[in-house]
Amino acid sequence: MIDINDLFVRYKTENGYANAVDHINLRIEKGIIFGLVGESGSGKTTLGLTLLRILPPSAEIASGSVNIDGTDILRINENEMRKWRGKRISMVFQGAMNSLNPVINIERQVAEPLIIHENIDWEQALKIAREKLALVGLGENTWKRYPHELSGGMKQRVVIAMAIITDPEILIADEPTTALDVVTQDRIMKLIKSLQREYNLTTILISHDLPIVSEVADKIAIMYGGKLSEVGENEQILRNAKHPYTSGLLSSIPEPGSSKEIKGIPGEPISLVNPPKGCRFYNRCQFASEKCKNYDYSPKIVEVGHEVYCTLYGE
Amino acid sequence: MTGLSDFWKVFKRNKMGLTGLGIIIFFFLMAVLAPFISPYNPNQTNPNLFLSPPSSQHLFGTNEIGQDLFSRNLYGAQISLEVGFAAAAVTVIVGLLIGLISGYFGGIVDEILMRVTDFFLVIPSIVFMIIISAFLGPSLINVILVIGLLSWSPTARVVRSMVLSIREWPFVEAARASNAGHFYIMFRHIMPNVIPIVFANATMAISNAIFSQAALVFLGVGDVNDISWGQIMHFALYSGAISAGDWWYIVPPGIFIILLILGFILLGYSLEEIFNPRLRRV
Amino acid sequence: MKGLASYFTKRVVFAVVTIFIIISFNFFLFRILPGNPIELLYRNPMLTKAQIDALYHQFGLDKPLWEQFLIYIYNSLTGNLGISFYYKQPVTNVLIPALENSLILLVPATILSIALGIITGVVSAWHRGTKLDFALLGSALAFYTMPTFWLGSIFIIVALYIGGIPVSGMYSLGLNYTGIIPRIMDLLSHLMLPLITLTLVLYGEFTIIMRNSLIDVFTEDYIITAKAKGADDKRIIWEHAYPNALLPMVSIIAINFGLVVAGAVLTETVFSWPGIGLMIYDAIISRDYPILQGAFLIISITVVIANLIADFVYSYLDPRIRYK
Repeated sequence: MIDINDLFVRYKTENGYANAVDHINLRIEKGIIFGLVGESGSGKTTLGLTLLRILPPSAEIASGSVNIDGTDILRINENEMRKWRGKRISMVFQGAMNSLNPVINIERQVAEPLIIHENIDWEQALKIAREKLALVGLGENTWKRYPHELSGGMKQRVVIAMAIITDPEILIADEPTTALDVVTQDRIMKLIKSLQREYNLTTILISHDLPIVSEVADKIAIMYGGKLSEVGENEQILRNAKHPYTSGLLSSIPEPGSSKEIKGIPGEPISLVNPPKGCRFYNRCQFASEKCKNYDYSPKIVEVGHEVYCTLYGE
Repeated sequence: MTGLSDFWKVFKRNKMGLTGLGIIIFFFLMAVLAPFISPYNPNQTNPNLFLSPPSSQHLFGTNEIGQDLFSRNLYGAQISLEVGFAAAAVTVIVGLLIGLISGYFGGIVDEILMRVTDFFLVIPSIVFMIIISAFLGPSLINVILVIGLLSWSPTARVVRSMVLSIREWPFVEAARASNAGHFYIMFRHIMPNVIPIVFANATMAISNAIFSQAALVFLGVGDVNDISWGQIMHFALYSGAISAGDWWYIVPPGIFIILLILGFILLGYSLEEIFNPRLRRV
Repeated sequence: MKGLASYFTKRVVFAVVTIFIIISFNFFLFRILPGNPIELLYRNPMLTKAQIDALYHQFGLDKPLWEQFLIYIYNSLTGNLGISFYYKQPVTNVLIPALENSLILLVPATILSIALGIITGVVSAWHRGTKLDFALLGSALAFYTMPTFWLGSIFIIVALYIGGIPVSGMYSLGLNYTGIIPRIMDLLSHLMLPLITLTLVLYGEFTIIMRNSLIDVFTEDYIITAKAKGADDKRIIWEHAYPNALLPMVSIIAINFGLVVAGAVLTETVFSWPGIGLMIYDAIISRDYPILQGAFLIISITVVIANLIADFVYSYLDPRIRYK
């Protein structure tokens, strides 16, 4: 169980603080795939980086707590936290980008978390690394290769193998399929799903792409402007979306499986620096009214497990 | 003019650049004012004061023939700046032309010019300079030409890589499509966009030239007759003053060279930071 | 592996062409520039007709230009660089021992300055923005701008003041060594000041390059990946950032061999270290042109070979070249 309480993370910028994660409360149950969906600048990646405490130096965790099995990982010291990173919580970055070191070969990069966390020699670590590489579908001919020799999809598999080699409890996957072609996207998603099932891996899937997330996620949270706008079971979000922003996301789906950026909602996302009081979605919402300007983001419970942050629903 | 005042607005906030500019202005004033502020005629000898240490009469002491070293050091700024600017001008013009032609035409022209550039990058230029200077004989113009003509390769490389990308910009493509002449496009469209970074490069060329001139003169292949900081150091070694421990002879010219070069390097770094968006960090 | 082979071929061809151009340059410089030695010889009233003819024959000047050129190339390649005016010996015999002496100074100075540059660069980058960074960067810049011969002179003055530190030459004069160990100790004590001087004037640039290149690397995604794996600072720097930051370092080191040589020439002059640099200095004074030419050729070839080695090291360090 991951219990996020009143989490507030902000970045120092030239124009003031950018509130990337603005007092968020969230519970993520064990063993599920939890989808975290939002446009770029919604704070979803910051939330992911906060769970590992690998935020850039300009960021500051201003308040809140993140309890994992009774430990508030925001309160433990850096040395303790290092034992969590890559061991109990792993992260999968966008593999097609530069998340692999260009001068170290694949199997060594995959094996490295074992060297860091386990009392093990390179020979044994590499043996396990090869097993994991095989598990994610990479054959022997790739093991000694370097990142530049692999395709985007292959690199993504490497990054996944690297993340699961220590049998972590929690896997955070940040845009794991962006920049991949549709077929490869599908395969990577299936891989993530099968890993979750097999190892009972709590997976936080961060993406801008609601359709892709909805294919595998058990629960989904929608973020906008550093705030949550709707949280619910997969079905609840897809069939019974309450927030106008969620509806916008769903109606703007061009066709299943496409990764096109959201187009259907007119207007620009608001800046995270000095956001207006009240609902962040106010300037783009077709149902906006006066009371939205003073909305305090108290959640409305639609049904069990389904919460919406909007003034349209009951007092 | 708005471009210039915009530039000044940005530059004004750059501490490094301002420090560099301040140092350069200081030495520029030293060179210009040397005839007026020197306490002695720098060439006037005094047989009673050979290698005397600093005193209230002679702030930097005297040399082996009794000349006032303070006055000579003030005058020394003139040659360093002259050679620095003149040699850098040669460097920049040659580098700019080679870079423009190489980047614009590409293909075999580029290949040949870049190999030539690599050649000049690889050969030990100071040794090259020493040998050519030894053949040509010592004169200021020779020193300037030798330094200028052997130092252009880094400028050429930078200009070329910029031209390669500018060449693809829409307005250049348009100019090419409208059959504008090659040289017209090169000098009217491409060159103005390269100039800022060339300025940043020129400051490096100047510091390099000041250094090389001092080294050549120190070794006795430059112009040993004109007063320069390198020349003062040459005679400091040659006259045995260093072996005698006469520190006042060698310390000031070296410090002046270090400061002046530092001034140009700081200015260069700041210009590069301002003109090269890739280096601009948030 | 095909990429690697063609990469090496390209590099080797370039090195050969560079050496060829240097030889040609030497040939024409010797004959074309005003005040060239042939012209001087011709005007020398001290020489008899027979002597001039003999010299003409020595330089092959009685043959057509293209034939002279071919002979010159052949001679250069077979190590026949002419006879020194001053030493009256083959240039090669004079320069090879000098080259050895130069390398005794140059090789350790290069290694030390690179090591010092890497260490200070890494420390500076890791503590970027702090006072330590400012101090390290400031001293690197100061030494980088310092004229070699000036720093050497200052050391000489200081050493003379302290006393007991040799400031000139390679060995103490008039000493009979009782064995190899005292001889080496004597050499090392003479080596100390030139070595420190050369190391200091060279390391500054390496610090600056290493620092900037590391700071660039720190912003790469794979550094965050390493952090997410649980790697500590030490591992992030040395296992992940450093090997990548080293790549631009190697190319800079390669380009800078010319500077290393320049530094060595000036250091040798100040400390009367009997290497090629001092040889050049003396040859300028005695107008010993064959020595100058020979020194230029030998230095250039050394630099070209050092460059080639740097290219090979680069390709070894960067798998993107190694496996293409």
